[in-house]
Amino acid sequence: MKKSGAEILIESLVREKVKDIFGYPGGVVLDIFDRLFDSNIRLIFVRHEQGGVHAADGYARASGKPGVALVTSGPGATNTVTGIATAYMDSIPLVVLTGQVPTGMIGNDAFQEADIIGITRPCTKHSYLVRDVKDLARTIKEAFYVATTGRPGPVVIDLPKDMLQSRTEPHYPEKAHIPSYNPTYKGHIKQIRRAASMIAKAERPVILIGGGVIASNAAAEVQKLATHTQTPVASTLMGLGGFPGTHPLFLGMLGMHGTYRANMAVSDTDLIVALGARFDDRVTGKLDEFAPGAKILQVDIDPTSISKNVHAHLPVVGDVKNVLRDLLPHLKEIKTGWKSRHTPWLNQIREWQETYPLAYKQGKREIKPQFVIEKINEITGGDCIISTEVGQNQMWAAQYFKYTKPRTLLTSGGLGTMGYGFPAAIGAQVAFPDKLVIDIAGDGSIQMNIQEMMTAVQYRLPVKIAILNNQFLGMVRQWQQLFYNKRYSSTCLTCSPDFVKLAEAYGAVGLRATKPHEVVPTLEKAFSLPHPVLMDFRVSREENVYPMVPAGASIKNMLLA
Amino acid sequence: MRHTISVLVANKFGVLSRVSGLFSGRGFNIDSLTVAETQDPSVSRMTIVTRGDEQIIEQITKQLNKLVDVIKVSDLTGVNFIDRELVLIKVQATAENRAELLGIVDIFRCKVVDVSSRSYTLEATGDAGKIQAVIEILRPLGIKELVRTGKVAIGRDGRTG
Ligand SMILES: Cc1ncc(C[n+]2csc(CCOP(=O)(O)OP(=O)(O)O)c2C)c(N)n1
Repeated sequence: MKKSGAEILIESLVREKVKDIFGYPGGVVLDIFDRLFDSNIRLIFVRHEQGGVHAADGYARASGKPGVALVTSGPGATNTVTGIATAYMDSIPLVVLTGQVPTGMIGNDAFQEADIIGITRPCTKHSYLVRDVKDLARTIKEAFYVATTGRPGPVVIDLPKDMLQSRTEPHYPEKAHIPSYNPTYKGHIKQIRRAASMIAKAERPVILIGGGVIASNAAAEVQKLATHTQTPVASTLMGLGGFPGTHPLFLGMLGMHGTYRANMAVSDTDLIVALGARFDDRVTGKLDEFAPGAKILQVDIDPTSISKNVHAHLPVVGDVKNVLRDLLPHLKEIKTGWKSRHTPWLNQIREWQETYPLAYKQGKREIKPQFVIEKINEITGGDCIISTEVGQNQMWAAQYFKYTKPRTLLTSGGLGTMGYGFPAAIGAQVAFPDKLVIDIAGDGSIQMNIQEMMTAVQYRLPVKIAILNNQFLGMVRQWQQLFYNKRYSSTCLTCSPDFVKLAEAYGAVGLRATKPHEVVPTLEKAFSLPHPVLMDFRVSREENVYPMVPAGASIKNMLLA
Repeated sequence: MRHTISVLVANKFGVLSRVSGLFSGRGFNIDSLTVAETQDPSVSRMTIVTRGDEQIIEQITKQLNKLVDVIKVSDLTGVNFIDRELVLIKVQATAENRAELLGIVDIFRCKVVDVSSRSYTLEATGDAGKIQAVIEILRPLGIKELVRTGKVAIGRDGRTG
């Protein structure tokens, strides 16, 4: 029987096991919304398309399943760009369905026409413009396959209105078949053998985990590697949760706001075992002085990530999990007293740790932002999903919360998108209705997608927002303080809404804490309520994130306080 | 250093802009780019001439490979290949230079493809060296217009990839 494009689309999504879509309607996608009205797929009606894409992204990061967003043409589509770019930079699997004007009108500057394929080309893994309804089912199959395999990423499908309305006999392919697309999952066995002997020879090795460890679900294998070889583990922002933050071998995050011990260890190591980490400039600092004595063993599914910034002495192209599974037996064959061999190195690391641990002083008068995060960690026992905005809040959330499981930190690492955290938390809460989901926010960032409060309230999603309210664009202010003579140009946010009232206006709960002793009761109350809760923590206004490596400096050159 | 990169692509909507967008977006140079169907109409071949040090060329080939519609990327530089370019050159024709012009046409085995009272249009085909030589020798005679196809290349022994 012939079916309309809209029907075929919904059926294809069902076949991809899509349960939730984040969407916003408009003229050219009315047919889809009409079909969704009585389908089994839940449409979460967001309040801004950017929020919709970030929510789909948070859903994907938390669950490991692809996130799906649906928007109309023109402004609906252009509003998704920041969300798509955010997902692209962090390799998050998304399928973004955009409406388009009818095929006959494309190129005519029709009402609400935007060349969204062109606009998003540099920030998508791939994209499709459906030009024949017969291609629709296959296109959707391919899009999900491309988004979720290899190095994951966002895929846009542009759907002209006439494609949704015209009818055809549907044929749903079982498998995607793209001859030109063949990601490498298995590492080259010779390279893996070389890797084993390289690891065995090292005296001061460091494992560096990145987002690839999360994407390939390789946390268990990483832990085996680290504990078997007694090798300390440093993490990028994107890798946090890929190794338990509570483990004695964990060094914390490295890079611009990395821990002293992680940055010192990476600067002094003779072997970096990089697992799904791409040596971003925020990680390496000054490239010429990065890990000067180190050999680099780099495992990545994406060949372009290998030797892009830092030369890899031994590249292994493959999925981290697969490669580690193949590598571990080789390491077990090697009869080295791993522990005794690495003891001097681990002692040295302990010394660094004792010299400059992460620290702040919580007095009686002002709330320190770090204190709020430590208390969140304590009260939840680490058992929650944290999302962050961008700025100081993000860095403190990376430093002071101990992530013990993968997919528990949702943060915009590559693009650094303010306004990401709250809608991402909504997406995670949709994926996990019973988990505690907390957005650690800044007073600047939260205002970038605050409209999604309405979404949280409408769908009874009990997300918690903890605003570390310093009445500044704190991170930018910090740079102005340190490098621009304290000239706080456009960073003062004393002119802001009353966040408690704002939450209440949306029908959520608003709480405020201004004194240190109020922090714990506020958190406990928020966590006990089955509603969305916004907490306004008034924190020390000019607290800085330390350690800090000034932009362009070697990561050994940390400002420590 | 200059590299000639041969890229087989699936003949899909928008594939040229994906490739050219990759070059501009990542700051890679394109000296020339040609593209047309192969013997299989579902596949096209692009020949791209680009410049960069080893690391840049490595990134270019890897990034090209990463595009979903790209089937195969081969850097022909250093392997045995044949390259050709076609150029159309409109040269000022005067009573005085006509003989010299026709002499050059003869030596370089160009063709005169159009003649008007004021100009001759020549067609020359050859590798990069020959095309450059033709252009240099014609320059003093007054080149009015010049159109090049950009380089196409093929590996010997079916080695284009
Ligand atoms: C969309 C966007 N615009 C601008 C920036 C630049 N930026 C980075 S951090 C920051 C300040 C964030 O302030 P706030 O949300 O209050 O967080 P805080 O640093 O105070 O914790 C800004 C403006 C950005 N990252 N994203």
